[in-house]
Amino acid sequence: MNLLLPAPLLIPLLCAILSLLGRRAVGVQRFLAVSGCCLNLVVSACLLYVVDNEGIQVMQAGSWPAPFGISLVVDRLSAIMLTLSGLMGATVAVFSLAAMDQSRQEFGFYFFYHTLLMGVNGSFLTGDLFNLYVWFEVMLMSSFALMSLGSERAQLEGGIKYVALNVLSTAFFLAALGVLYGMTGTLNMAHLATIVRSAGEQGMLTTVSLLFMVAFGIKSAAFPLFFWLPASYHTPPTPVSAIFAGLLTKVGVYALIRLFTLVFVQDAEFTHRILLVASGLTMLTGVLGAAAQMEMRRILSFHIVSQVGYMIMGLGLFTPLALAGSVFYIIHHVIVKTNLFLVAGVIAFRTGTNELKALGGFVRAMPWLALLFLIPAMSLAGLPPLSGFFAKLMLIVASFRESSWVIAVTALAVGFLTLYSMTKIWNEVFWKPMPAAIDEAIAQRLWTIRERVCLFGPVMALAACTVLIGFCVEPVFALSERTAGQLLDPDEYIRAVLTGSVRP
Amino acid sequence: MTEVFLSLAIGVLYAAGLYLMMCRNIAKFIIGLGLIGHGANLLIFTAAGLSTQRAPIVPPGVTIPVVPIVDPLPQALILTAIVIGFGLMAFVLALFLSAHEVEGTDDLEKMRSTDQ
Repeated sequence: MNLLLPAPLLIPLLCAILSLLGRRAVGVQRFLAVSGCCLNLVVSACLLYVVDNEGIQVMQAGSWPAPFGISLVVDRLSAIMLTLSGLMGATVAVFSLAAMDQSRQEFGFYFFYHTLLMGVNGSFLTGDLFNLYVWFEVMLMSSFALMSLGSERAQLEGGIKYVALNVLSTAFFLAALGVLYGMTGTLNMAHLATIVRSAGEQGMLTTVSLLFMVAFGIKSAAFPLFFWLPASYHTPPTPVSAIFAGLLTKVGVYALIRLFTLVFVQDAEFTHRILLVASGLTMLTGVLGAAAQMEMRRILSFHIVSQVGYMIMGLGLFTPLALAGSVFYIIHHVIVKTNLFLVAGVIAFRTGTNELKALGGFVRAMPWLALLFLIPAMSLAGLPPLSGFFAKLMLIVASFRESSWVIAVTALAVGFLTLYSMTKIWNEVFWKPMPAAIDEAIAQRLWTIRERVCLFGPVMALAACTVLIGFCVEPVFALSERTAGQLLDPDEYIRAVLTGSVRP
Repeated sequence: MTEVFLSLAIGVLYAAGLYLMMCRNIAKFIIGLGLIGHGANLLIFTAAGLSTQRAPIVPPGVTIPVVPIVDPLPQALILTAIVIGFGLMAFVLALFLSAHEVEGTDDLEKMRSTDQ
């Protein structure tokens, strides 16, 4: 069993090393990317099954006992995030076989792809705050490299904005870590949780928690620190955008949820209220920013910002149903958002552009693609019976139960505006007549079988997930509720890490 | 007393770093990032508590160190942070160099093509 726990780290690490060794053999790297990521998905899903049935799994690295060594901990939230990261890793790897250009593939794309996944998985696995910082850095360094790989002008410009704010956020994170260590003398999250619950100096703790909130707020692109995201996510090649859109901001959201349910609950009235206000503003600014855009990936990038608002909203409300809503929303959002970026990638692959003005007529040229766009787009806007409807429903019901009318109305209004953005893409890209230039571009190039499989396979798989979650909502809902229960009752987590036993 | 001086030094590093980050010039921005990184390292060092106790080395013949000893963890943390910061700085400088070659400017205000 203990072998399963570090596997989500070891598999990408091994693949990265092998890709580096075989850097002249792109075929080997492509094989490694797909097989490694699929193996990772299988392992993560097994881990989720084990954790859900047998309780929190802990491994002490190097057998150092808990507060001294680094603990790897998987509870339900971590296991869900790992499974999502495995799923996104596998689908985007298949997609990039066809969509990634040859020169980038030869220049180490797959190596950085594996290290990125390793950083993401490490952040989900670790139970130690400083170790979380290190995994953040692993993830960031790989994402910097992926962002600027190819050195096109837009990429470099977007890259500078992306790098600048993310480096600043890690500096805040590091400073907050230092102060917190000075106050408590530990960095193990479970140990921190016990100390914070018995500590006297609540005022200083709240101050430090706000510093953490700023650091993770930048990472998760929450209001008012989101500007780096829409300025950079549309610049790299689509597979890179898609994996970034699916996973990176969610690591920030995960860190927020972890710290503000396990450690910093001493002043929940104050801190979680700030989170709630920030979430409402995040939703609004994101969706309004999207309304002004006329490029597919830019619109979708702004919608990442607005959707992050929903995830933080559940944390801000801080009730069991609201937290379950956040977890459900993350599951729904990661799948749907990656899917939409992949659809944008198929269109860019066919036509070379994602500008709404230049596109058109895809409903006739590629009716299947139109259907495959509609599923995630309608889900994103929250139309029943797709996954997004139930995610929004949970959050809005939770906010009504707390009598938080303002946030409930905001969430509803943002849902409508999301629908507006999706209809805009539908009208411009699919419905209006096809411009002559695009018609020629499509007619000139024929699909190969491999392109069809690699491009449409992942899109169809993710769309199927969306529909499946929509029609079999009960098990996912129950899993989210169990996850929220575990988050709100941190005794099991603390006991599992510090004493090594799941049962009381 | 040392704490006061170190706290002042941290404040100056942060202030200078933030001031430089608000300049339009990217080179200054990067220097600002570096200063803030150093400020954070010094902050860990100071916040974890300064002391003049013995180094945490186990003397020969016994299995546990003789207390009181200095907490070695903050220094390990700082060492890790310095190494990571060095790598980041190298990457940021390389990125700046290639952006400068492509754009022909080091003015952030002129890099607006991805914002609109």
